[in-house]
Amino acid sequence: MEQSRRIPVGPILSAVALLAVPLVLPDWMKFIVTLALSKFLAVLAVALFLRAGMVTFGHAMFYAVGAYVVGFSNKLFAYHGILVLLVIGALVGAGVAALIGLIMARYREVFFAMLNLAFSMMLYGAFLKLYWVTGGTDGLGTGLPTFLGYTPARDNLRDVQYYATLVVAGLVIYGVYRFLASPLGYYLKARADNEIRIEYSGESVQRVIYATYVLSGALAAMGGVLAAFTVGHIVPEYAFWIQSGDFVFVAILGGFESVAGPLVGAIAFEFIRTYASKYFPNEWQMVLGIIMLVIILFRPGGIWAIYESLVAKVRRPKGEVAHG
Amino acid sequence: MADAAPIVQTLDLTKSFGMVTAADRINVQIQGGELVGIVGANGSGKTTFINIITGYLKPDRGRVLLMGKDRTGSPPRAIVKLGIARSFQIPQLYTSLSVLENLLLSLAARAGEATTFWRPLYRSSWMEDGLQTLERFGMKAYAHRPVNELPEGGRKLLDIALSFALKPQLLLLDEPTSGVSIEDKFQVMDTLMKVVEETRLTTVFVEHDMEVVQRYGRRVLAFDNGRVIADGTPEAVLADPEVRKAVLGRV
Amino acid sequence: MNIRLLTIIVMDGTIFAAVLFLLSVGLTLIFGVLRILNVSHGGIYAFGAYMATFLTIKILGVGANPYLSYLMLLAGAIIIGMICGPIIERVFLRRIYGSDQHIQLLLTFSIFLILDDLMKVIWGTKPLFVSEPYTLLGQFSIGGILYSWYQVALIGVSIVFGAALVWMVNGTRFGKIVISVINDREMSQAIGINVNRIFTISFTLGALCAALGGALIAPTIAVVPGFAVDATVLAFAVIAIGGMGSLEGAALGSLIVGLLRALAVHLLPEADLVVVYLAMILVLVVRPEGLFGEAQLRRI
Repeated sequence: MEQSRRIPVGPILSAVALLAVPLVLPDWMKFIVTLALSKFLAVLAVALFLRAGMVTFGHAMFYAVGAYVVGFSNKLFAYHGILVLLVIGALVGAGVAALIGLIMARYREVFFAMLNLAFSMMLYGAFLKLYWVTGGTDGLGTGLPTFLGYTPARDNLRDVQYYATLVVAGLVIYGVYRFLASPLGYYLKARADNEIRIEYSGESVQRVIYATYVLSGALAAMGGVLAAFTVGHIVPEYAFWIQSGDFVFVAILGGFESVAGPLVGAIAFEFIRTYASKYFPNEWQMVLGIIMLVIILFRPGGIWAIYESLVAKVRRPKGEVAHG
Repeated sequence: MADAAPIVQTLDLTKSFGMVTAADRINVQIQGGELVGIVGANGSGKTTFINIITGYLKPDRGRVLLMGKDRTGSPPRAIVKLGIARSFQIPQLYTSLSVLENLLLSLAARAGEATTFWRPLYRSSWMEDGLQTLERFGMKAYAHRPVNELPEGGRKLLDIALSFALKPQLLLLDEPTSGVSIEDKFQVMDTLMKVVEETRLTTVFVEHDMEVVQRYGRRVLAFDNGRVIADGTPEAVLADPEVRKAVLGRV
Repeated sequence: MNIRLLTIIVMDGTIFAAVLFLLSVGLTLIFGVLRILNVSHGGIYAFGAYMATFLTIKILGVGANPYLSYLMLLAGAIIIGMICGPIIERVFLRRIYGSDQHIQLLLTFSIFLILDDLMKVIWGTKPLFVSEPYTLLGQFSIGGILYSWYQVALIGVSIVFGAALVWMVNGTRFGKIVISVINDREMSQAIGINVNRIFTISFTLGALCAALGGALIAPTIAVVPGFAVDATVLAFAVIAIGGMGSLEGAALGSLIVGLLRALAVHLLPEADLVVVYLAMILVLVVRPEGLFGEAQLRRI
């Protein structure tokens, strides 16, 4: 990707808007954006694989792993330090991915998707049935998060939680940008084009996929930690295949070629879901499905691609069309 | 240097696909510094030979020695790491990336950095190396263009350049001029051979165009039905009536 | 474990397998011919259950002969199959045949979401329940355990259906055409086969199977929103185990999943979900193409 010297108006405006959220939006909207920012991490994890031309229909398992780390920490140790739990969650997520990835890295296409699905449903089954450990369908509570020892006053909790999530999301965005500019980031795209060339360069496609799988597991787990604290409650459905499908859905909705796409998609999705399920409890899934169909059939690049083509139209008179 | 082990040595290499014998007890040695052309009709086993040497196929019988060590059955990526690179009949490129990015990925692979996820791909040492290689192959102008903007001969050259960028000890070229128009054929080969001469890279190229082999090869192997039926200078081999009959179908 | 328990497990497992078979044979057929994993399959299954139950309730409501309820079950399945099949294939799937995997999965996933809610919109969220078809046939007992003849009939219908499908694929001209399309799409087109029509017919056939499965299981359960969700993933497990695209695989996979589930339910209830997916993983790891699937060429 070429370096652009244009002033990044979009990102700056977005950053300002996101920083202003707690000052401007009502509480329940803050909640939506916080949750969206948390899930955004998991969507990014899925987007990485989409970039490589692979679909994972089971990343909810890492998301759930992160969430249950928080739940168990509360249940067993009454510990709620969000920072430490983020690190632990990431490590556990990476660990699970490291184990499962040994198998997963050998598969492609439908088999990759299905194996992921199988593992995630196994985890769901475990969370659901081992109720004496996991609380079963009742799930686990998370307790109120503490931030480096600081326990915010009840009034401020929402805002502090939001900013903490924003900071983590910001760091992750930085990390993912570096990742996408790195050899591994490019090799992911390359895998979608030509595995043979990769092998004949002396590198192992399996290693590329495995490394990405482990990183994506850590990423999705961190999203789970943040989401758990935002919602305050964890249930086995965090690992359900519909949740995995939602992540893939959002990645396509927002557009997975960029980092901004999943962010925009996650926020849009949470808002649509909240509004739609409030006013159309029996039809909101249908609404989502229809939106999805429209995007797939007419604009598979997602919201971000639509935005980029609009920007290009605006910029074209000056002769500054961007090449991605 | 006569004592140095040949870069490639095959011993009684044999491979069949069902009823078809693609390799029939092939014994070949390639020394460092050679420039070898391989001719043969379609189906004579030329590409199978390359595929076996580079680990894409396992022989039914026989052995492949690289630099004196038995490497029969090693996978392609291991063999590439040992210094044997190849190009393909149909260019194997990363079509969604730019020309330079294709090159940079080869360089990253050579440095063993495919799974580096923190440092950038675009770094000055690699960029310099990559642009230099592109210049050698006459493609520097296309560096930041998408791969599909290259003309047909350019795609072939890029495919070769990607293998060349691995700085191999031996470069195997599978029909470097196939699919290239007649006008471009010699331009491709001239560019290629100039690089080969400058770097004194041991090169083996497979061709079914006798004229190309005659012009650029210093040694020629003729394949027919999986066997090597002639091995010598271009003049000698291509004048051989048996070779002419097998490759051209006439004397 | 004694004989009584074993009998229960085998009976339960086989009954469950019968329904699973009807559900998954359509899925495997669709994958075999169109090479698309139809995530909406469970939705069609549930839709069939809803329509069948609805029609049966209606006809019983007008005081008709209760034996007509079987006809209504069948009618429900056919209606849903013949509507969903062609519409989904021609309006949606046809546009994305050349597309990437993720597009295809997402498309059928979206259709699933739509179907799931469509049922809620049409029939509401309260459970629909009709038991006459089930109770009408009476019960019998094996060693003190009560079973219904309906359950036996279910097994019978599955077997007959499966046999009919196998005969159709191997013995009829249509079947040979389908096999030709499966083996080589382009060649089939070149020799004059209307591949598009074969796709539509195959998908519709698959949809009919799913709808029939749903229709037949409906009298044994309360039809509620959301029961499509579990069915969908179970169907995946069945065809992954049996081999995607294989009819025999769907049968074997259904038996394996059915029996495993019955085993778990009676011996270790906490594991009833885990055990199915564990089996799926084991099979996929040892033999990724499934027990009856065709090995795909592994490059490198």
